[in-house]
Amino acid sequence: MDAIYLDNQSNTKLDERVFVAMLPYFKDNYGNPQSMYSLGAEAKNALDAARLKTAALIGAQESEIVFVSCGSEANNLAVKGAATAAKARGRHIIVSAIEHFSVLQAAKRLSQEGFEVTEIPVDRHGLVSLEDVAKAVRPDTILVSIQHANTEIGTIQPIEEIGRVIKEKNVLFHTDAVCTAGTIPLDVKKVGADLLTLSGSQFYGPKGAAALYIRKGVRVTPQIDGGIQEGGKRSGTENLPAIVGLGKACEIARNEMASNAEKMVLLRNRLIGRIPEKIEHVYLNGHPEKRLPGNVNFSVEFIEGEGMFLLLDLKGIMASSGSACASKALKMSHVLTATGVDAAVGQGSLLFTLSRHNTPEDVDYVLAELPAVVDKLRAMSPLYAHFKKTGQRRDAGPGTDYEHEHAHEEN
Amino acid sequence: MAFYSEKVMDHFQNPRNVGEIADPDGVGEVGNPICGDMMTFYIKVKGNVLEDVKFKTFGCGAAIAVSSIVAEMAKGKTLDEAKSITNEMVAKELGGLPPNKMHCSNLGADALRKAIDSYLAKKEGK
Repeated sequence: MDAIYLDNQSNTKLDERVFVAMLPYFKDNYGNPQSMYSLGAEAKNALDAARLKTAALIGAQESEIVFVSCGSEANNLAVKGAATAAKARGRHIIVSAIEHFSVLQAAKRLSQEGFEVTEIPVDRHGLVSLEDVAKAVRPDTILVSIQHANTEIGTIQPIEEIGRVIKEKNVLFHTDAVCTAGTIPLDVKKVGADLLTLSGSQFYGPKGAAALYIRKGVRVTPQIDGGIQEGGKRSGTENLPAIVGLGKACEIARNEMASNAEKMVLLRNRLIGRIPEKIEHVYLNGHPEKRLPGNVNFSVEFIEGEGMFLLLDLKGIMASSGSACASKALKMSHVLTATGVDAAVGQGSLLFTLSRHNTPEDVDYVLAELPAVVDKLRAMSPLYAHFKKTGQRRDAGPGTDYEHEHAHEEN
Repeated sequence: MAFYSEKVMDHFQNPRNVGEIADPDGVGEVGNPICGDMMTFYIKVKGNVLEDVKFKTFGCGAAIAVSSIVAEMAKGKTLDEAKSITNEMVAKELGGLPPNKMHCSNLGADALRKAIDSYLAKKEGK
């Protein structure tokens, strides 16, 4: 049996049609789009065509698409670039607590440079409230960055309503749509976004190309200086094979994302429905309905996530976790923390993210294998033993030498 | 290279000495579920020797492998020998641990030492 890949939030499998479209631009069509002879013109045509397809996916104009290397770069350009360009009007920016680190860390960098950052909270399902957004805006607010959906818990924000609230206040609005563009319908006009991040590797495109939508008239200070590419907003020789691949992935997504999503939702709902029937003491993270088509995230109590995905990997299932052990920083995911998940329970977070390639057989296999994995780890767990003996959950308590033993540095 | 050594994966998948001792002579616990790793060690002492060592662990692959090999290393040793096992020796015995796992998951020797200390304290109290 082939391995079952259920970590599509990390990366999706490249579409064969995208791969074929990219191939000529590695070797035969190696011209630089900025060159004026025929080889350069061919490259320029390919770049323009990719831009058109990318713009079409989100209802934008070609001139509003800036190609960059990845979603993190797009988020950095949006947050730092827009804030820096608008700093004469004010120095206050707003982000949600569950943004991707490329937004949160960019905001942190700005705060070190004299900007003020307000982080708005989310509820237990991961939703931001319109009131909180409206309340957070001040006269000196210049930018709000709120993601369309969250990669880890799958929660989809009421982005059009949020956009309206922000527009009423005459503030720039950036949304990180890395999890949604190419997966669910998205129109920049309806969202009211001034800036929007998308990344092809999330919908069967290649790594190495992403895009920032910058609404016509919005000023952004470049983060890479030196050239004329991308209208001067992002210098550096274009990664043409990847950009062509991104364009192709956008074209395919426009036609196929509805049917892909429909299929993924069925599989997702089967996992979300059946896992609690098969395993006791599991809790769904994220919103029960306003949820990405492929996202399944449970906290499995009394055990830890890394152990689960290592055992699942041995059974040919690739998954992920938001536990502290599974992170490089050895801290529980900031997203689970922001939704108020108990710090001990959240260690058992188990994340499955589906793609169009997954089948009902994959889901059945997971449902067949997962209970034994959980049982094996629970049989070793002192927390589970305590619960079984006393019916009580152990107070997490201060532990022994907690501060000493865990004096590790962040990142 | 895989994230964990073969020996870590072996002890993680097939942990030795998992369980509790019904009437233990000493119990030692380290860690905290909030940071993702917690180990409880149980010992049975005969004369001056660790007759039995068992553990229960909540934690990542490394934490489980560490617990397993510490119990294996300590069983049959004198109390002094067992107390001289260090976290560094444990990591070495496992063929190394990833750097970010050295501090929070490699606590087995500490838990064992606590179990021995609890036995010694109890004995002195008598």
